[in-house]
Amino acid sequence: MSNWPLWEIFIRGEHGLAHRHVGSLHAVDAGQALMNARDVYTRRHEGLSIWVVKAGDITASAPGDKDALFEPANDKVYRHPSFYDIPDDAGAM
Amino acid sequence: MYAQMVKTEADRVKTLAEMDECERVFQERVDRGVKIEPKDWMPDGYRKTLIRQISQHAHSEIVGQLPEGNWISRAPTLQRKVILLAKVQDEAGHGLYLYGAAETLGVSRDELTAQLLSGRAKYSSIFNYPTLSWADMGAIGWLVDGAAIMNQVPLQRCSYGPYARAMIKVCKEESFHQRQGFDIMMSLCRGSAAQKAMAQDALDRWWAPSLMMFGPPDEHSVHSAQSKAWKIKINGNDELRHKFVDQTVPQAKLLGLEIPDPDLRWNEARGSYDIGQIDWEEFFQVVGGNGPCNRERLAARNKAHEDGAWFRDGLMAHADKTKARQQSQGEAA
Amino acid sequence: MEGAGAANPQSINHREPSDREIFNLALVMGDNCLILGQQISQWAGHAPILEEDIAQANIALDLIGQAQYWLGLAGEIEGLKSEAAPASNVKGRSAGPRSADDLAFLREPHEFRNFRLAEIPNGDYAHTLMRQFLFDNWHFHMLQILSQTPCMPVRDIAGKALKEVTYHLQRSSDLVIGLGDGSDESHQRMQGALDHFWPYTCELCDPRWGVDLELWGLGDSAALNLKANWDAYLARVMIKATLVIPERAPLVAGLRPGTHTEHLGYILADMQLLQRAHPGASW
Repeated sequence: MSNWPLWEIFIRGEHGLAHRHVGSLHAVDAGQALMNARDVYTRRHEGLSIWVVKAGDITASAPGDKDALFEPANDKVYRHPSFYDIPDDAGAM
Repeated sequence: MYAQMVKTEADRVKTLAEMDECERVFQERVDRGVKIEPKDWMPDGYRKTLIRQISQHAHSEIVGQLPEGNWISRAPTLQRKVILLAKVQDEAGHGLYLYGAAETLGVSRDELTAQLLSGRAKYSSIFNYPTLSWADMGAIGWLVDGAAIMNQVPLQRCSYGPYARAMIKVCKEESFHQRQGFDIMMSLCRGSAAQKAMAQDALDRWWAPSLMMFGPPDEHSVHSAQSKAWKIKINGNDELRHKFVDQTVPQAKLLGLEIPDPDLRWNEARGSYDIGQIDWEEFFQVVGGNGPCNRERLAARNKAHEDGAWFRDGLMAHADKTKARQQSQGEAA
Repeated sequence: MEGAGAANPQSINHREPSDREIFNLALVMGDNCLILGQQISQWAGHAPILEEDIAQANIALDLIGQAQYWLGLAGEIEGLKSEAAPASNVKGRSAGPRSADDLAFLREPHEFRNFRLAEIPNGDYAHTLMRQFLFDNWHFHMLQILSQTPCMPVRDIAGKALKEVTYHLQRSSDLVIGLGDGSDESHQRMQGALDHFWPYTCELCDPRWGVDLELWGLGDSAALNLKANWDAYLARVMIKATLVIPERAPLVAGLRPGTHTEHLGYILADMQLLQRAHPGASW
């Protein structure tokens, strides 16, 4: 008995946002994964573009690396708009 | 509920002081409302309980296609036919989302399917009752989906990320399921005497099994307490059951139907309805495999799986052949 | 898609189709969608894999949705002039033009205009897929013609349906190819299914069957195009699927609209149960 591989599905909707992970499904190959994704994940016209990636081909960061990967960004407060004290007179910005 | 009486392997809920370092960090994250994700450390019991709960939920969606699928061919109008078919299709989709969530915990859908087909895994007791008339499509949507929603809405906030996200999709899509059921009941109750009788008969048969869906009272259950501590169960069984009754009784009145419970009374002090004794012996019999349709439901799923083996193998063989051809072409070039 | 050829709009229509002709065409299109949709909806909960349950339901939803449009058009046209078709005097039906539901649930088998192909039982999944492919191949090429006709109500529905059916044909072609060129068992099952349905394909593109394609705005060669396109596409898919097109002769009787197999009676008994048992009820 052959088990179909698992694919992760990413869909871009009509509002211009990036492809978003919506879930997974099983398919024998990429072509079938696309078709199945269309049937499973766009039953309510949710998407305009679909990406499929074999689940095993995704490399994920390990939770233990979280500090190394994401903590430095916490120091970069200057990336956030509230870092800057702008007088109200300057208007919308 | 779609997952009933999920065991946790706990004999009592540990205090933070009793936990080892990993477990305490985990529990504190859960307490703070931080989502647990697939690669995070988690207690073995949490993982096992979640697999049991999510797969039971998924199996319920899959078996749940059958009682309603039974009436697609006989739906009385084309519009009712497409609505019912879309609903049954959603159930397949929800089963798929939930299996996907379970798969993030390191178990394959094939393994879970094997557990269902062999009878080792449970699914909701409700789907072991027969659908005898068109009114059952109304009663299932109104009562069974109504009961399911009560449980699923809070689960959108559960501690396990993939499960919570699957529940968000499920709840969003299910919002029409209960409404279409109530709509069928309204049409029948406004119709001929025969149609109204059909609706009352459906309510008579589905009322008690719907109340049983929430599971036996669990205020003293250690499993429920552990699941609540882990935030994979949000409310108590009786709490949800009463909420369901309080919501449904006025709807039955609106339809002009009678709830088949002579002991049903408004309790002024509690601000809630009191209900008659639930036949838990029947519930345990149904869960144990002796419900009216347990054998038929499992037989239908087994047949679909066995009859489909050549299809799954055939397409896999084609994908392997195509890959091999592409590789040999690549080497030749 | 296996490069389905576009129909060739090379000449203009000779005359406007009459109401009766529009009515008949709408029944052919609507009844085929309805009966096939009714049959494949039976797979809900029983398909070989979950993804397939969902995909199959999508096709059924599309087809029954299209049936609603076509039968709605038939009822509308019939209501305009009594010339179209005599409304059979069915007990329980309200006066006025027949709705899509009236046409679906209150007609007798001999009044249905679907191909026999659509009413052959689902069989195993190979049968269901092969029947779907043979039908989709006709449906797609037929809608290509109809989506260019000057007859606006027909053109509107055909244009909408064509988008859905383009996907149906792509899906069923992929599956026929994958399973034909799959394992030994899947190959044998698909060949068996093709042999089984082959005699019924004679109706699909035959003008004697009741749809005169010359009427729909594409001139003399339109009918020929439909058959040629159907044949050419079939041949391309079957080569990839490593399946052999049978040489068996078509069925003798039946190139006449309203010819059916014994299966239709059972399909309708099931489908029409409630409307027949509760005349005039609303649901």
